[in-house]
Amino acid sequence: MNPLIELTLTRVREFLREREAVFWVFIFPVLMTFALGIAFRNTAPDKTFVAIEGDASNPRVSELANFLAHSPEISSSVVTPDEAARSLRSGKIAIVIQPNGDSYSLRFDPTRPESRTARLIVDDVLQRARGRNDVVQIGEQRITETGARYVDFLVPGLIGMNLMGSGLWGLGFTIVIARSRKILKRFAATPMRRSHYLLSFMLSRLVFLFLEVAAVVLFAWLAFGFTVRGSWLTVFLITLLGGFTFSGIGLLVAARPTTIEGVSGLMNFIMLPMWLLSGTFFSSERFPSVLQPFIKALPLTALNTLLRAVMNEGAPLWTNWMHVAILLGWLLVSFVVALKIFKWQ
Amino acid sequence: MATQTSSTEQSVSPATQRVALRCEGLVKRFADVTAVNGLDLEVFAGECFGLLGPNGAGKTTTVEILEGLTPADEGKVELLGQQWNSNDERALRERIGVQLQETQLAEKVTVIETLRLFRSFYKRGHSIDEVIQTVALEEKRDARVGKLSGGQKQRLAVACALVGDPELLFLDEPTTGLDPQARLSLWDVVDKFRKGGGTILLTTHYMEEATRLCDRVAIMDHGKIIALGTPLELIESLGADQIIEFRVTSPIPEGALTGLPAVTHLHRRGEDYSLTVREMGVALPALLAEIKRRQSELVSLTTHEATLEDVFVSLTGRMLRET
Repeated sequence: MNPLIELTLTRVREFLREREAVFWVFIFPVLMTFALGIAFRNTAPDKTFVAIEGDASNPRVSELANFLAHSPEISSSVVTPDEAARSLRSGKIAIVIQPNGDSYSLRFDPTRPESRTARLIVDDVLQRARGRNDVVQIGEQRITETGARYVDFLVPGLIGMNLMGSGLWGLGFTIVIARSRKILKRFAATPMRRSHYLLSFMLSRLVFLFLEVAAVVLFAWLAFGFTVRGSWLTVFLITLLGGFTFSGIGLLVAARPTTIEGVSGLMNFIMLPMWLLSGTFFSSERFPSVLQPFIKALPLTALNTLLRAVMNEGAPLWTNWMHVAILLGWLLVSFVVALKIFKWQ
Repeated sequence: MATQTSSTEQSVSPATQRVALRCEGLVKRFADVTAVNGLDLEVFAGECFGLLGPNGAGKTTTVEILEGLTPADEGKVELLGQQWNSNDERALRERIGVQLQETQLAEKVTVIETLRLFRSFYKRGHSIDEVIQTVALEEKRDARVGKLSGGQKQRLAVACALVGDPELLFLDEPTTGLDPQARLSLWDVVDKFRKGGGTILLTTHYMEEATRLCDRVAIMDHGKIIALGTPLELIESLGADQIIEFRVTSPIPEGALTGLPAVTHLHRRGEDYSLTVREMGVALPALLAEIKRRQSELVSLTTHEATLEDVFVSLTGRMLRET
């Protein structure tokens, strides 16, 4: 009986017998992929919702409604000023148009992207309707190929987020529970090698790491036709690196706390910023440039970038050596520090 | 209630015995309290040694220092001829078995899986089946730890300590919180280990447990040992072997009671009086006469032979389970 194998088997058994853990690690990411994939699936571009403020019996108003009805991109309705204001506030419509003698006035919130788009569309439709001619011919090529859709962007991000979550919770929680139940102390009273105990977490993670990634990729492929463009070997290496890095961080988080409350707080403190900043659901490039160096240094940003590079662009590993280095750095530092400060009782 | 003295059959003579565990001048301070305050101890190979005392006496801290889990601030520990600070800590751990007071083993794994895990830590030891048989958990071998009763969990904890076939076994309050039946079956396990020639250091705050299991006991209070000997020696040291406990309707002055013939000691707690007496036949009539003379009336009266509990009371003026 090899202690390392027995310890690893115990890890695996404990995990598989904990139904909640299995749900959060395997089922939840799949549900998340499904929900977000459906919500943001690519269909015909959404219509722009426009309100015409005024009385439908007014000829200026019906003329305006007629103009707008010619554009397939616009859905308009005639409403009272009160209702217009209310719909604008609640986001039901993007812009309000008011006939104003022979001209028009537009009312919208310039910080809302869809309102700014609406302004351009409405302006274009009205100018054309009133006789403006194009001065230059502009051709268009519309692209909706696999790999550039939102779901293609989303899947690597969800995988990254999941690797972070299962690494941190998987180690952090299990170790702190073992400490609070004095199991760590009990192990310390045996001739067990302490490195074996910590190593068993790495090995059991290794078992589940790839299943976690495979579950999401497989589902995304079946439901949305998601494909990995790069090599599977690269995906494997990145998953391994990311999984171990977050295991290391989980170990560090669990090195000292003696209560579940303590470690939960610490984990949320670490994970929350990364959920928001590291580009899981939308590109982290959107944050102000002063924040960028900080965001780039976060392990989840590096992992997400690497996963997207290989899955969406098919990039080989070395083209993103910086991000690999960032992950290796986190891995190394968290392990060394965790082993130094780890408390067995 | 008769005091059992079965454990003194093979009375251990210190001079000829090999020492399994020795500590000298042990001191451990925590922020606000000195838990162990200059403690010396010697446990001989093959004996069952009991560390007896109320909660908070420093028993657990002492045991954890001896087990090499808590570093002492001062003092020396030597077990099985080795010290904890040596490089060969793991070799020493191969030779001892530990049951900690508060360990709650993982609930989702089964009895046999738990034992297999612990067995894998030791180079040599018993087979899993042997150990399961020793602690009488055959029927529960495939049950998850979470489904076991308190007594079964505790027997499993002891099984984990036995699986490496230790020479020295530490049991920290092994039967606390168990019902009498469960306690008896744990005592059986301890007996089996002793028959195999093992040495045991056990802590308890149950007098009858110490009397039943231990060759020698050390009574501990406030981080120090205040009495040491075989259970019988300690009881005899009271200079009396009978105890009268009673309660009366109106208080009787303490002087009047200690002045009674054959009474050696009085302990009073609220309405409850406890007299240590040399001769029951002399003391009891005198006490009844005194109560009558004071125009008080008996509410209750019991007598019993002196136990280790009474030793503790006479040494500290407190009941063991008060503190």
